[in-house]
Amino acid sequence: MIAHALFFYFFSIIAILSAIMVIVSRNTVHAVFFLILDFISIASLFILIGAEFLGMMMIIVYVGAVAVLFLFVVMLLNVSEQKLSWFRGSRKTKHIPIGLAVGAVILLELIVVVGGWQYRDTFSETKFLNFEKDFTNTHAIGNVMYTEYIHLFQISGLILLLSMIGAIVLTYRKREGVKRQSYFTQVGREREDSIKLVEVESGKGINLDD
Amino acid sequence: MEYLIVLYNEVYKILFLLIPILVSVAMIVWFDRRVWGFVQKRKGPNVVGPFGLFQTLADALKYIFKEIIIPASSNKVIFILAPIVTMTLALSAWAVIPLSEKMVIADINVGILYIFAISSLGVYGILMGGWASNSKYPFLGAVRSAAQMVSYEVSIGIIIINVLLCTGSLNLKEIVLAQQNLWFVVPLFPMFVIFFISALAETNRPPFDLPEAEAELVAGYQTEYSGMMYAMFWLGEYANILLMCALGSILFLGGWLSPIDVYPLNLIPGVVWMIIKILILFFMFAIIKAIVPRYRYDQLMRLGWKVFLPFSLIYVVLTASFLIYFDLLPNKGI
Repeated sequence: MIAHALFFYFFSIIAILSAIMVIVSRNTVHAVFFLILDFISIASLFILIGAEFLGMMMIIVYVGAVAVLFLFVVMLLNVSEQKLSWFRGSRKTKHIPIGLAVGAVILLELIVVVGGWQYRDTFSETKFLNFEKDFTNTHAIGNVMYTEYIHLFQISGLILLLSMIGAIVLTYRKREGVKRQSYFTQVGREREDSIKLVEVESGKGINLDD
Repeated sequence: MEYLIVLYNEVYKILFLLIPILVSVAMIVWFDRRVWGFVQKRKGPNVVGPFGLFQTLADALKYIFKEIIIPASSNKVIFILAPIVTMTLALSAWAVIPLSEKMVIADINVGILYIFAISSLGVYGILMGGWASNSKYPFLGAVRSAAQMVSYEVSIGIIIINVLLCTGSLNLKEIVLAQQNLWFVVPLFPMFVIFFISALAETNRPPFDLPEAEAELVAGYQTEYSGMMYAMFWLGEYANILLMCALGSILFLGGWLSPIDVYPLNLIPGVVWMIIKILILFFMFAIIKAIVPRYRYDQLMRLGWKVFLPFSLIYVVLTASFLIYFDLLPNKGI
């Protein structure tokens, strides 16, 4: 158990420190790397409490996909050397009050959620939960998610689909004059369409454009 | 004291896995170059040692004694971290690979997810190396490879779902044991083909080696690296290739199981079968490197998103409906 506690403190200290470094570090690319470190240590915490499926999903979804796109955008936009001058107090910006307001709202929400949260009365009586020993938590999550919470699951899928379509519609523009490759016409070309044997009379030449 | 013994045992097991992997990476590089040579009617490396077997060791010695050059305008910490990340990730994924029924370091419930997670982290080594070099070619290579690896991961994930539907478990051992009667390469043959091609793209092998295309990008993200740091990138890359071969043989070729369960064949220990299967898959990797021309970037993206992704999605639906219709779903009782 000592090893367990040691690992817990190790990962939580890394998680907290890297979360602070995300905000503090001046280089945005470094900030994204600290964010990744934060995600990984939180995934490790999940694994420590025995929720290995959630931990792995955390790494696959957040680190493997979301953070790659963050990094992509930050690297391409070339904002990497943005100086956080307000942090040293040399220049005043308007961002601080707005940021503080948003932070306060989120903190309030968290307090409400943590303080007022409780399990549903019927929680332990659901017939889909199974606490047998060799029942992995992947099976348990699947069992509950696809039976009792199937509607919520479907709705969240629809919301994600909607946001995906929205993003495509917002950024898609049809460009004129772009030459596109059509694989079907390329592969479907016959010899007759493209090659013509012509008898050329000597000294007269031939006009090929007709 | 108990902890020390446990620690000692674990370190012992890890070393017994890592050192053979590193040695086999060296051998596999020699094998790769040799196959490449024979396809082009050359001899390949054949001077150092018998059949040139020690060529890679000689190369490694050269890399060790070369000076490590860190560009002045690079981001030094990330520049040094990048090859370390690549190699650590490539080796740490081997922890859950069962080489035979008993030879596995960590037999965890979500083994396949672990491998998937680790291989999705592999892109960071390349991105870090490309960005920290602070130079045009490495950056272009990094951006290319990020897009490429993210898109082919999607189809690999869906192929894995196909296999999981047939096994009902995320544990790699149980995936192998579910193939005792029939290897999954038979019912899921199209998925095996797509998995193989996606594995080529995932490990940046030709014909999908656009991140390091030597004709256009010099060597992509490796351009600014030298000495041991370059060698670490290169070790990580080949360890990843071996990992993909091992994953392919576990998911589709029955892992350590012998092809038919008859008398002389089932005496051979499982690890030998596993190694033979990995080598066969790697031979296909090497042959493809020699005979297939490089893809263009838009063709690569089209293949990933417009061909592989829809096809494997349809195959998931087909597999699921087949299993339900014929009442073959595993874990019905739960």
